[in-house]
Amino acid sequence: MRRGLSGWPWRAAALLVALVALWELYVDLGGADPLILPAPHEVARSLWVDRSLLGSNFLVTAEEVLLGILLASVTGLAFSAAIHFSPTLRRAVYPLLVASQTLPIPIVAPVLVLWLGFGILPKLVVIALVSFFSIVVTTLAGFAAVDPDLIKLMRTFDAPRQRTFRHIELPAALPSLFTGAKIAVTVAVIGAVFAEQAGASSGLGYLFEQSIPQLLTARAYAAVVILSAFAISLFALLSLAERWALPWAYQREQAAAP
Amino acid sequence: MIEAPVKEPRELQGDDGVSVELVSRTFRTRRGPVHALASMSLRARPGEIVTVVGPSGCGKTTLLELVCGLQLPDSGTVRCAPAVLMPQRDLLLPWCTALDNAGLALRARGVGRAQARATAAPWLERFGLAGFEHARPAELSGGMRQRVSFLRSLLAGKPLLALDEPFAALDAITRLQMQDWLIEVLASEPRTVLLVTHDVEEAVVLGDRVVVMSGRPGHAVAEIEVSLARPRRRGDPAVVALREQVLAALGVSA
Repeated sequence: MRRGLSGWPWRAAALLVALVALWELYVDLGGADPLILPAPHEVARSLWVDRSLLGSNFLVTAEEVLLGILLASVTGLAFSAAIHFSPTLRRAVYPLLVASQTLPIPIVAPVLVLWLGFGILPKLVVIALVSFFSIVVTTLAGFAAVDPDLIKLMRTFDAPRQRTFRHIELPAALPSLFTGAKIAVTVAVIGAVFAEQAGASSGLGYLFEQSIPQLLTARAYAAVVILSAFAISLFALLSLAERWALPWAYQREQAAAP
Repeated sequence: MIEAPVKEPRELQGDDGVSVELVSRTFRTRRGPVHALASMSLRARPGEIVTVVGPSGCGKTTLLELVCGLQLPDSGTVRCAPAVLMPQRDLLLPWCTALDNAGLALRARGVGRAQARATAAPWLERFGLAGFEHARPAELSGGMRQRVSFLRSLLAGKPLLALDEPFAALDAITRLQMQDWLIEVLASEPRTVLLVTHDVEEAVVLGDRVVVMSGRPGHAVAEIEVSLARPRRRGDPAVVALREQVLAALGVSA
Protein backbone atom coordinates (compact mmCIF):
# COMPACT_ATOMS: atom_id res chain seq x y z
CA MET A 1 0.00 0.00 0.00
CA ARG A 2 2.77 2.46 0.74
CA ARG A 3 4.99 1.19 -2.04
CA GLY A 4 6.40 4.07 -4.05
CA LEU A 5 5.84 6.75 -1.43
CA SER A 6 8.94 6.24 0.69
CA GLY A 7 11.69 5.30 -1.72
CA TRP A 8 11.51 6.96 -5.09
CA PRO A 9 12.50 10.63 -4.71
CA TRP A 10 15.99 9.92 -3.34
CA ARG A 11 17.38 8.24 -6.39
CA ALA A 12 15.89 10.88 -8.66
CA ALA A 13 17.28 13.61 -6.39
CA ALA A 14 20.74 12.03 -6.39
CA LEU A 15 20.76 11.84 -10.19
CA LEU A 16 19.57 15.44 -10.39
CA VAL A 17 22.35 16.62 -8.06
CA ALA A 18 24.92 14.75 -10.18
CA LEU A 19 23.62 16.31 -13.41
CA VAL A 20 23.59 19.81 -11.90
CA ALA A 21 27.15 19.30 -10.67
CA LEU A 22 28.26 18.27 -14.17
CA TRP A 23 26.57 21.35 -15.61
CA GLU A 24 28.27 23.60 -13.05
CA LEU A 25 31.67 22.09 -13.81
CA TYR A 26 31.12 22.37 -17.55
CA VAL A 27 30.31 26.12 -17.36
CA ASP A 28 32.98 26.88 -14.73
CA LEU A 29 35.67 25.17 -16.81
CA GLY A 30 34.76 27.40 -19.75
CA GLY A 31 32.73 24.92 -21.77
CA ALA A 32 30.08 27.52 -22.52
CA ASP A 33 29.61 31.27 -22.42
CA PRO A 34 27.72 32.07 -19.16
CA LEU A 35 25.52 34.47 -21.13
CA ILE A 36 24.31 31.57 -23.24
CA LEU A 37 24.40 28.84 -20.63
CA PRO A 38 24.40 30.26 -17.11
CA ALA A 39 25.91 28.11 -14.38
CA PRO A 40 23.48 26.55 -11.89
CA HIS A 41 24.71 28.86 -9.11
CA GLU A 42 23.75 31.87 -11.28
CA VAL A 43 20.28 30.38 -11.78
CA ALA A 44 20.02 29.78 -8.05
CA ARG A 45 21.06 33.36 -7.34
CA SER A 46 18.39 34.62 -9.76
CA LEU A 47 15.79 32.41 -8.06
CA TRP A 48 16.61 34.29 -4.83
CA VAL A 49 17.28 37.81 -6.12
CA ASP A 50 14.31 37.88 -8.53
CA ARG A 51 12.02 36.01 -6.16
CA SER A 52 9.23 38.60 -6.04
CA LEU A 53 9.26 39.06 -9.83
CA LEU A 54 9.33 35.29 -10.41
CA GLY A 55 6.71 34.76 -7.70
CA SER A 56 4.16 37.20 -9.10
CA ASN A 57 4.60 35.84 -12.63
CA PHE A 58 4.39 32.27 -11.33
CA LEU A 59 0.98 32.99 -9.79
CA VAL A 60 -0.29 34.13 -13.20
CA THR A 61 0.94 30.98 -14.96
CA ALA A 62 -0.21 28.71 -12.15
CA GLU A 63 -3.74 30.11 -12.41
CA GLU A 64 -3.74 29.53 -16.17
CA VAL A 65 -2.47 25.97 -15.85
CA LEU A 66 -4.83 24.98 -13.03
CA LEU A 67 -7.90 26.44 -14.74
CA GLY A 68 -6.78 25.01 -18.07
CA ILE A 69 -6.41 21.49 -16.63
CA LEU A 70 -9.77 21.81 -14.92
CA LEU A 71 -11.34 22.91 -18.20
CA ALA A 72 -9.65 20.06 -20.09
CA SER A 73 -10.74 17.49 -17.47
CA VAL A 74 -14.37 18.57 -17.42
CA THR A 75 -14.72 18.89 -21.20
CA GLY A 76 -12.55 15.78 -21.73
CA LEU A 77 -14.78 13.68 -19.49
CA ALA A 78 -17.97 15.01 -21.09
CA PHE A 79 -16.53 14.50 -24.56
CA SER A 80 -15.39 10.94 -23.75
CA ALA A 81 -18.83 10.07 -22.40
CA ALA A 82 -20.50 11.47 -25.53
CA ILE A 83 -18.16 9.51 -27.81
CA HIS A 84 -18.62 6.39 -25.69
CA PHE A 85 -22.41 6.58 -26.06
CA SER A 86 -22.48 7.37 -29.76
CA PRO A 87 -20.43 5.27 -32.21
CA THR A 88 -21.49 7.68 -34.94
CA LEU A 89 -20.10 10.63 -33.03
CA ARG A 90 -16.96 8.61 -32.35
CA ARG A 91 -16.39 7.92 -36.05
CA ALA A 92 -17.10 11.54 -36.95
CA VAL A 93 -15.16 13.34 -34.25
CA TYR A 94 -12.32 11.07 -33.16
CA PRO A 95 -10.20 11.54 -36.31
CA LEU A 96 -10.64 15.30 -36.02
CA LEU A 97 -9.58 15.10 -32.38
CA VAL A 98 -6.37 13.35 -33.45
CA ALA A 99 -5.89 15.98 -36.13
CA SER A 100 -6.22 18.74 -33.52
CA GLN A 101 -3.13 17.30 -31.83
CA THR A 102 -1.06 17.80 -34.95
CA LEU A 103 -1.71 21.56 -34.93
CA PRO A 104 1.56 23.34 -34.16
CA ILE A 105 0.74 25.23 -30.98
CA PRO A 106 3.32 28.04 -31.59
CA ILE A 107 1.36 28.89 -34.74
CA VAL A 108 -2.13 28.40 -33.33
CA ALA A 109 -1.49 30.37 -30.15
CA PRO A 110 -1.03 33.82 -31.81
CA VAL A 111 -4.17 33.23 -33.89
CA LEU A 112 -6.12 32.48 -30.74
CA VAL A 113 -4.74 35.61 -29.09
CA LEU A 114 -5.85 37.74 -32.05
CA TRP A 115 -9.24 36.10 -31.88
CA LEU A 116 -9.84 35.90 -28.12
CA GLY A 117 -7.82 38.87 -26.88
CA PHE A 118 -4.93 39.23 -24.46
CA GLY A 119 -6.79 38.00 -21.38
CA ILE A 120 -6.68 34.56 -19.76
CA LEU A 121 -9.12 33.01 -22.23
CA PRO A 122 -6.72 32.21 -25.13
CA LYS A 123 -4.27 30.72 -22.59
CA LEU A 124 -6.95 28.43 -21.22
CA VAL A 125 -7.90 27.35 -24.74
CA VAL A 126 -4.28 26.55 -25.64
CA ILE A 127 -3.70 24.63 -22.39
CA ALA A 128 -6.98 22.75 -22.79
CA LEU A 129 -6.10 22.00 -26.41
CA VAL A 130 -2.78 20.37 -25.52
CA SER A 131 -4.03 18.51 -22.42
CA PHE A 132 -7.50 17.49 -23.62
CA PHE A 133 -6.26 14.68 -25.85
CA SER A 134 -4.52 12.52 -23.26
CA ILE A 135 -7.54 12.84 -20.97
CA VAL A 136 -9.98 11.78 -23.68
CA VAL A 137 -7.84 8.87 -24.87
CA THR A 138 -7.24 7.42 -21.39
CA THR A 139 -10.82 7.97 -20.23
CA LEU A 140 -12.19 6.25 -23.33
CA ALA A 141 -9.86 3.34 -22.66
CA GLY A 142 -11.24 3.25 -19.11
CA PHE A 143 -14.83 3.03 -20.37
CA ALA A 144 -13.87 0.34 -22.87
CA ALA A 145 -12.14 -1.75 -20.19
CA VAL A 146 -15.39 -2.35 -18.30
CA ASP A 147 -16.24 -6.05 -18.39
CA PRO A 148 -19.07 -6.63 -20.92
CA ASP A 149 -20.58 -9.22 -18.55
CA LEU A 150 -21.10 -6.44 -16.01
CA ILE A 151 -23.08 -4.45 -18.58
CA LYS A 152 -25.15 -7.59 -19.30
CA LEU A 153 -25.73 -8.04 -15.57
CA MET A 154 -27.04 -4.48 -15.31
CA ARG A 155 -29.36 -5.17 -18.25
CA THR A 156 -30.88 -8.14 -16.45
CA PHE A 157 -31.33 -5.78 -13.48
CA ASP A 158 -33.43 -3.66 -15.89
CA ALA A 159 -31.08 -0.70 -15.39
CA PRO A 160 -31.53 2.15 -17.87
CA ARG A 161 -28.39 2.84 -19.88
CA GLN A 162 -27.51 6.06 -18.07
CA ARG A 163 -27.75 4.35 -14.68
CA THR A 164 -25.31 1.68 -15.83
CA PHE A 165 -23.01 4.50 -16.84
CA ARG A 166 -23.32 6.22 -13.48
CA HIS A 167 -22.91 3.13 -11.32
CA ILE A 168 -20.43 1.13 -13.40
CA GLU A 169 -18.65 2.85 -16.27
CA LEU A 170 -18.05 6.27 -14.76
CA PRO A 171 -16.46 5.06 -11.49
CA ALA A 172 -14.53 2.39 -13.41
CA ALA A 173 -13.00 5.05 -15.67
CA LEU A 174 -11.94 7.44 -12.89
CA PRO A 175 -8.43 5.93 -12.49
CA SER A 176 -7.95 6.38 -16.25
CA LEU A 177 -9.11 9.98 -16.01
CA PHE A 178 -6.46 10.55 -13.35
CA THR A 179 -3.83 8.94 -15.57
CA GLY A 180 -4.82 11.25 -18.41
CA ALA A 181 -4.71 14.28 -16.13
CA LYS A 182 -1.22 13.29 -14.91
CA ILE A 183 0.04 13.19 -18.49
CA ALA A 184 -1.82 16.42 -19.19
CA VAL A 185 -0.22 18.52 -16.42
CA THR A 186 3.22 18.11 -17.90
CA VAL A 187 2.20 19.31 -21.37
CA ALA A 188 -0.15 21.94 -19.92
CA VAL A 189 2.86 23.84 -18.56
CA ILE A 190 4.43 23.85 -22.02
CA GLY A 191 1.14 25.02 -23.50
CA ALA A 192 1.01 27.87 -21.01
CA VAL A 193 4.46 29.07 -22.07
CA PHE A 194 3.54 29.09 -25.76
CA ALA A 195 0.27 30.88 -25.02
CA GLU A 196 2.04 33.56 -22.99
CA GLN A 197 4.70 34.05 -25.65
CA ALA A 198 1.93 34.64 -28.20
CA GLY A 199 0.64 37.62 -26.30
CA ALA A 200 0.74 38.30 -22.60
CA SER A 201 1.93 40.92 -20.16
CA SER A 202 2.75 38.57 -17.31
CA GLY A 203 3.47 34.94 -16.54
CA LEU A 204 6.63 32.86 -16.45
CA GLY A 205 6.50 32.22 -20.21
CA TYR A 206 6.27 35.95 -20.80
CA LEU A 207 9.13 36.58 -18.35
CA PHE A 208 11.25 33.98 -20.15
CA GLU A 209 10.52 35.63 -23.48
CA GLN A 210 11.48 39.06 -22.03
CA SER A 211 14.65 37.86 -20.31
CA ILE A 212 16.42 36.33 -23.32
CA PRO A 213 16.85 39.51 -25.42
CA GLN A 214 17.97 41.35 -22.26
CA LEU A 215 20.65 38.68 -21.86
CA LEU A 216 19.20 37.83 -18.47
CA THR A 217 19.64 34.14 -19.22
CA ALA A 218 19.95 33.13 -15.57
CA ARG A 219 16.51 34.62 -14.93
CA ALA A 220 15.10 32.83 -17.99
CA TYR A 221 16.50 29.55 -16.64
CA ALA A 222 15.09 30.34 -13.22
CA ALA A 223 11.65 30.66 -14.83
CA VAL A 224 12.13 27.26 -16.47
CA VAL A 225 13.20 25.70 -13.15
CA ILE A 226 10.03 27.00 -11.50
CA LEU A 227 7.87 25.71 -14.38
CA SER A 228 9.42 22.23 -14.11
CA ALA A 229 9.06 22.17 -10.35
CA PHE A 230 5.45 23.24 -10.76
CA ALA A 231 4.69 20.47 -13.27
CA ILE A 232 6.36 17.86 -11.05
CA SER A 233 4.42 19.12 -8.01
CA LEU A 234 1.14 18.94 -9.89
CA PHE A 235 1.95 15.40 -11.00
CA ALA A 236 2.78 14.37 -7.44
CA LEU A 237 -0.29 16.13 -6.09
CA LEU A 238 -2.54 14.34 -8.57
CA SER A 239 -0.96 11.01 -7.59
CA LEU A 240 -1.69 11.73 -3.94
CA ALA A 241 -5.22 12.88 -4.72
CA GLU A 242 -5.80 9.69 -6.67
CA ARG A 243 -4.66 7.50 -3.79
CA TRP A 244 -6.89 9.42 -1.47
CA ALA A 245 -9.96 9.51 -3.72
CA LEU A 246 -9.67 6.04 -5.27
CA PRO A 247 -8.03 3.80 -2.68
CA TRP A 248 -9.66 0.74 -4.25
CA ALA A 249 -7.60 1.19 -7.40
CA TYR A 250 -4.46 0.52 -5.34
CA GLN A 251 -5.90 -2.29 -3.30
CA ARG A 252 -4.63 -5.56 -4.62
CA GLU A 253 -6.32 -8.78 -3.63
CA GLN A 254 -5.35 -9.74 -0.13
CA ALA A 255 -5.85 -13.08 1.48
CA ALA A 256 -8.85 -12.95 3.78
CA ALA A 257 -10.57 -15.37 6.08
CA PRO A 258 -12.53 -17.91 4.04
CA MET B 1 -29.49 -18.22 11.15
CA ILE B 2 -31.27 -14.96 11.81
CA GLU B 3 -34.62 -14.55 10.12
CA ALA B 4 -34.38 -11.33 8.17
CA PRO B 5 -37.36 -9.28 7.08
CA VAL B 6 -37.93 -10.18 3.46
CA LYS B 7 -38.29 -6.95 1.52
CA GLU B 8 -38.60 -8.67 -1.82
CA PRO B 9 -41.51 -11.04 -1.30
CA ARG B 10 -41.67 -13.65 -4.02
CA GLU B 11 -44.24 -16.31 -4.34
CA LEU B 12 -43.55 -18.37 -7.43
CA GLN B 13 -46.41 -18.25 -9.89
CA GLY B 14 -47.60 -20.82 -12.38
CA ASP B 15 -45.86 -19.03 -15.24
CA ASP B 16 -42.49 -18.69 -13.53
CA GLY B 17 -40.98 -21.59 -15.44
CA VAL B 18 -38.84 -21.76 -18.53
CA SER B 19 -39.75 -23.01 -21.98
CA VAL B 20 -37.10 -23.08 -24.66
CA GLU B 21 -38.43 -24.69 -27.86
CA LEU B 22 -36.22 -25.72 -30.78
CA VAL B 23 -34.04 -22.65 -30.49
CA SER B 24 -31.20 -22.03 -32.92
CA ARG B 25 -28.60 -19.33 -32.68
CA THR B 26 -25.76 -18.63 -35.08
CA PHE B 27 -23.07 -15.98 -34.72
CA ARG B 28 -21.37 -14.45 -37.68
CA THR B 29 -17.66 -14.12 -37.14
CA ARG B 30 -14.83 -13.19 -39.41
CA ARG B 31 -13.96 -16.85 -39.75
CA GLY B 32 -17.47 -17.74 -40.86
CA PRO B 33 -20.68 -18.59 -39.02
CA VAL B 34 -20.55 -20.29 -35.63
CA HIS B 35 -23.58 -22.40 -34.84
CA ALA B 36 -23.88 -22.06 -31.08
CA LEU B 37 -27.25 -23.71 -30.64
CA ALA B 38 -29.31 -25.83 -33.01
CA SER B 39 -32.79 -27.06 -32.08
CA MET B 40 -32.14 -26.69 -28.38
CA SER B 41 -35.12 -27.41 -26.17
CA LEU B 42 -35.40 -27.20 -22.42
CA ARG B 43 -38.13 -26.77 -19.87
CA ALA B 44 -38.14 -25.91 -16.20
CA ARG B 45 -41.17 -25.97 -13.93
CA PRO B 46 -41.61 -23.11 -11.46
CA GLY B 47 -39.31 -23.65 -8.50
CA GLU B 48 -37.33 -26.36 -10.23
CA ILE B 49 -33.54 -26.46 -10.30
CA VAL B 50 -32.44 -27.52 -13.76
CA THR B 51 -28.72 -28.03 -14.26
CA VAL B 52 -27.22 -27.99 -17.73
CA VAL B 53 -23.96 -29.82 -18.47
CA GLY B 54 -22.08 -30.02 -21.70
CA PRO B 55 -18.62 -29.83 -23.21
CA SER B 56 -16.90 -26.44 -23.49
CA GLY B 57 -18.23 -24.22 -26.23
CA CYS B 58 -21.58 -26.01 -26.48
CA GLY B 59 -23.55 -22.78 -26.25
CA LYS B 60 -24.37 -22.95 -22.55
CA THR B 61 -23.69 -19.26 -22.01
CA THR B 62 -25.68 -18.41 -25.15
CA LEU B 63 -28.58 -20.41 -23.72
CA LEU B 64 -28.52 -18.37 -20.50
CA GLU B 65 -28.30 -15.09 -22.39
CA LEU B 66 -31.34 -16.10 -24.47
CA VAL B 67 -33.26 -16.90 -21.31
CA CYS B 68 -32.25 -13.53 -19.80
CA GLY B 69 -33.37 -11.70 -22.92
CA LEU B 70 -29.83 -10.52 -23.67
CA GLN B 71 -30.00 -12.18 -27.08
CA LEU B 72 -32.79 -13.18 -29.42
CA PRO B 73 -33.00 -16.62 -31.06
CA ASP B 74 -32.63 -16.89 -34.83
CA SER B 75 -35.44 -19.42 -34.77
CA GLY B 76 -37.54 -21.18 -32.15
CA THR B 77 -39.19 -19.67 -29.11
CA VAL B 78 -38.01 -18.70 -25.66
CA ARG B 79 -40.75 -18.18 -23.11
CA CYS B 80 -39.73 -17.63 -19.56
CA ALA B 81 -40.27 -15.59 -16.45
CA PRO B 82 -38.16 -12.45 -15.88
CA ALA B 83 -34.65 -13.76 -15.35
CA VAL B 84 -31.55 -12.37 -13.73
CA LEU B 85 -28.01 -13.40 -14.58
CA MET B 86 -25.31 -14.43 -12.19
CA PRO B 87 -22.13 -14.26 -14.22
CA GLN B 88 -19.34 -16.80 -14.07
CA ARG B 89 -16.88 -14.50 -12.32
CA ASP B 90 -18.20 -12.55 -9.37
CA LEU B 91 -17.56 -9.16 -11.07
CA LEU B 92 -18.04 -7.25 -7.84
CA LEU B 93 -17.38 -3.53 -8.13
CA PRO B 94 -13.98 -2.93 -6.50
CA TRP B 95 -14.93 0.60 -5.39
CA CYS B 96 -18.05 -0.55 -3.55
CA THR B 97 -18.34 -2.25 -0.16
CA ALA B 98 -19.92 -5.70 0.12
CA LEU B 99 -23.11 -3.95 1.25
CA ASP B 100 -23.24 -1.64 -1.77
CA ASN B 101 -22.35 -4.46 -4.15
CA ALA B 102 -25.19 -6.56 -2.75
CA GLY B 103 -27.62 -3.69 -3.25
CA LEU B 104 -26.60 -2.96 -6.85
CA ALA B 105 -29.77 -4.44 -8.37
CA LEU B 106 -31.83 -2.09 -6.22
CA ARG B 107 -29.71 0.91 -7.21
CA ALA B 108 -30.12 -0.17 -10.84
CA ARG B 109 -33.88 0.15 -10.39
CA GLY B 110 -33.47 3.68 -9.03
CA VAL B 111 -33.73 2.89 -5.30
CA GLY B 112 -31.80 5.43 -3.20
CA ARG B 113 -28.49 4.56 -1.54
CA ALA B 114 -29.82 4.50 2.02
CA GLN B 115 -32.84 2.39 1.12
CA ALA B 116 -30.71 -0.09 -0.86
CA ARG B 117 -28.33 -0.47 2.09
CA ALA B 118 -31.17 -0.94 4.56
CA THR B 119 -32.65 -3.67 2.35
CA ALA B 120 -29.36 -5.48 1.70
CA ALA B 121 -27.92 -5.34 5.25
CA PRO B 122 -30.07 -8.07 6.87
CA TRP B 123 -29.39 -10.33 3.89
CA LEU B 124 -25.64 -10.07 4.32
CA GLU B 125 -26.07 -11.20 7.89
CA ARG B 126 -28.24 -14.10 6.75
CA PHE B 127 -25.61 -15.08 4.20
CA GLY B 128 -22.91 -15.31 6.86
CA LEU B 129 -21.29 -12.02 5.90
CA ALA B 130 -21.98 -10.12 9.13
CA GLY B 131 -19.04 -7.88 9.97
CA PHE B 132 -17.99 -7.67 6.32
CA GLU B 133 -20.61 -5.11 5.24
CA HIS B 134 -18.00 -2.42 4.77
CA ALA B 135 -15.24 -4.63 3.35
CA ARG B 136 -14.27 -4.08 -0.24
CA PRO B 137 -14.22 -7.10 -2.59
CA ALA B 138 -10.40 -7.25 -2.44
CA GLU B 139 -10.68 -8.00 1.28
CA LEU B 140 -13.11 -10.91 0.82
CA SER B 141 -12.35 -14.56 0.14
CA GLY B 142 -13.50 -16.23 -3.06
CA GLY B 143 -16.44 -17.92 -1.34
CA MET B 144 -17.56 -14.68 0.29
CA ARG B 145 -17.36 -12.82 -2.99
CA GLN B 146 -19.47 -15.46 -4.67
CA ARG B 147 -22.05 -15.18 -1.89
CA VAL B 148 -22.19 -11.39 -2.32
CA SER B 149 -22.50 -11.88 -6.07
CA PHE B 150 -25.35 -14.38 -5.59
CA LEU B 151 -27.09 -12.04 -3.15
CA ARG B 152 -26.74 -9.19 -5.64
CA SER B 153 -28.59 -11.24 -8.27
CA LEU B 154 -31.14 -12.57 -5.74
CA LEU B 155 -32.08 -9.04 -4.66
CA ALA B 156 -33.11 -8.24 -8.22
CA GLY B 157 -36.30 -9.94 -7.05
CA LYS B 158 -36.87 -11.96 -10.21
CA PRO B 159 -38.39 -15.46 -10.21
CA LEU B 160 -35.76 -17.01 -12.46
CA LEU B 161 -32.03 -17.24 -11.72
CA ALA B 162 -29.63 -17.98 -14.57
CA LEU B 163 -26.36 -19.12 -13.00
CA ASP B 164 -23.38 -19.39 -15.33
CA GLU B 165 -20.88 -21.83 -13.81
CA PRO B 166 -21.18 -19.98 -10.50
CA PHE B 167 -18.62 -22.03 -8.60
CA ALA B 168 -16.15 -22.83 -11.37
CA ALA B 169 -13.58 -20.30 -10.19
CA LEU B 170 -13.54 -21.55 -6.59
CA ASP B 171 -11.17 -24.04 -5.03
CA ALA B 172 -12.52 -27.59 -4.66
CA ILE B 173 -13.36 -27.39 -0.95
CA THR B 174 -15.06 -24.00 -1.16
CA ARG B 175 -16.99 -25.22 -4.19
CA LEU B 176 -18.51 -28.13 -2.21
CA GLN B 177 -19.42 -25.77 0.65
CA MET B 178 -21.02 -23.31 -1.76
CA GLN B 179 -23.09 -26.08 -3.40
CA ASP B 180 -24.56 -27.04 -0.02
CA TRP B 181 -25.05 -23.39 0.81
CA LEU B 182 -26.94 -22.73 -2.44
CA ILE B 183 -29.39 -25.56 -1.76
CA GLU B 184 -29.94 -24.21 1.76
CA VAL B 185 -30.63 -20.68 0.45
CA LEU B 186 -32.98 -21.88 -2.28
CA ALA B 187 -34.95 -23.88 0.28
CA SER B 188 -35.90 -20.64 2.03
CA GLU B 189 -35.91 -18.42 -1.08
CA PRO B 190 -37.54 -20.50 -3.78
CA ARG B 191 -36.61 -19.59 -7.32
CA THR B 192 -36.66 -21.32 -10.63
CA VAL B 193 -33.00 -21.99 -11.34
CA LEU B 194 -31.11 -22.68 -14.53
CA LEU B 195 -27.56 -23.59 -13.59
CA VAL B 196 -24.94 -24.18 -16.21
CA THR B 197 -21.88 -26.18 -15.19
CA HIS B 198 -19.19 -28.42 -16.58
CA ASP B 199 -18.96 -30.29 -13.30
CA VAL B 200 -21.05 -33.47 -13.64
CA GLU B 201 -21.15 -34.16 -9.91
CA GLU B 202 -22.32 -30.60 -9.25
CA ALA B 203 -25.09 -31.05 -11.82
CA VAL B 204 -26.34 -34.22 -10.13
CA VAL B 205 -26.02 -32.98 -6.55
CA LEU B 206 -27.80 -29.67 -7.21
CA GLY B 207 -30.32 -30.40 -9.94
CA ASP B 208 -33.88 -31.66 -9.84
CA ARG B 209 -33.18 -32.49 -13.45
CA VAL B 210 -29.96 -32.61 -15.46
CA VAL B 211 -30.01 -31.58 -19.10
CA VAL B 212 -27.03 -32.93 -21.05
CA MET B 213 -25.96 -30.97 -24.11
CA SER B 214 -23.99 -32.06 -27.14
CA GLY B 215 -20.96 -30.28 -28.46
CA ARG B 216 -21.41 -27.37 -30.88
CA PRO B 217 -23.98 -26.78 -32.26
CA GLY B 218 -25.51 -27.40 -28.85
CA HIS B 219 -28.74 -29.25 -28.31
CA ALA B 220 -30.15 -31.42 -25.54
CA VAL B 221 -29.10 -35.05 -25.93
CA ALA B 222 -30.40 -36.39 -22.63
CA GLU B 223 -32.54 -35.36 -19.72
CA ILE B 224 -32.00 -37.11 -16.43
CA GLU B 225 -34.48 -36.82 -13.60
CA VAL B 226 -32.82 -36.67 -10.15
CA SER B 227 -35.48 -37.69 -7.70
CA LEU B 228 -33.25 -37.99 -4.67
CA ALA B 229 -33.98 -36.38 -1.32
CA ARG B 230 -31.81 -33.48 -0.14
CA PRO B 231 -29.27 -33.06 1.26
CA ARG B 232 -27.55 -35.44 -1.12
CA ARG B 233 -24.33 -37.15 -0.19
CA ARG B 234 -21.76 -37.16 -2.96
CA GLY B 235 -20.71 -40.73 -2.15
CA ASP B 236 -24.28 -42.01 -2.20
CA PRO B 237 -24.47 -44.94 -4.66
CA ALA B 238 -27.55 -43.37 -6.27
CA VAL B 239 -25.64 -40.11 -6.88
CA VAL B 240 -22.66 -42.02 -8.26
CA ALA B 241 -24.95 -44.03 -10.58
CA LEU B 242 -26.58 -40.85 -11.90
CA ARG B 243 -23.17 -39.29 -12.40
CA GLU B 244 -22.17 -42.24 -14.54
CA GLN B 245 -25.41 -41.95 -16.46
CA VAL B 246 -24.67 -38.28 -17.23
CA LEU B 247 -21.08 -39.07 -18.21
CA ALA B 248 -22.34 -41.79 -20.54
CA ALA B 249 -24.72 -39.29 -22.15
CA LEU B 250 -21.72 -36.98 -22.63
CA GLY B 251 -19.91 -39.84 -24.32
CA VAL B 252 -17.31 -40.13 -21.58
CA SER B 253 -16.71 -43.47 -19.87
CA ALA B 254 -16.86 -43.22 -16.08
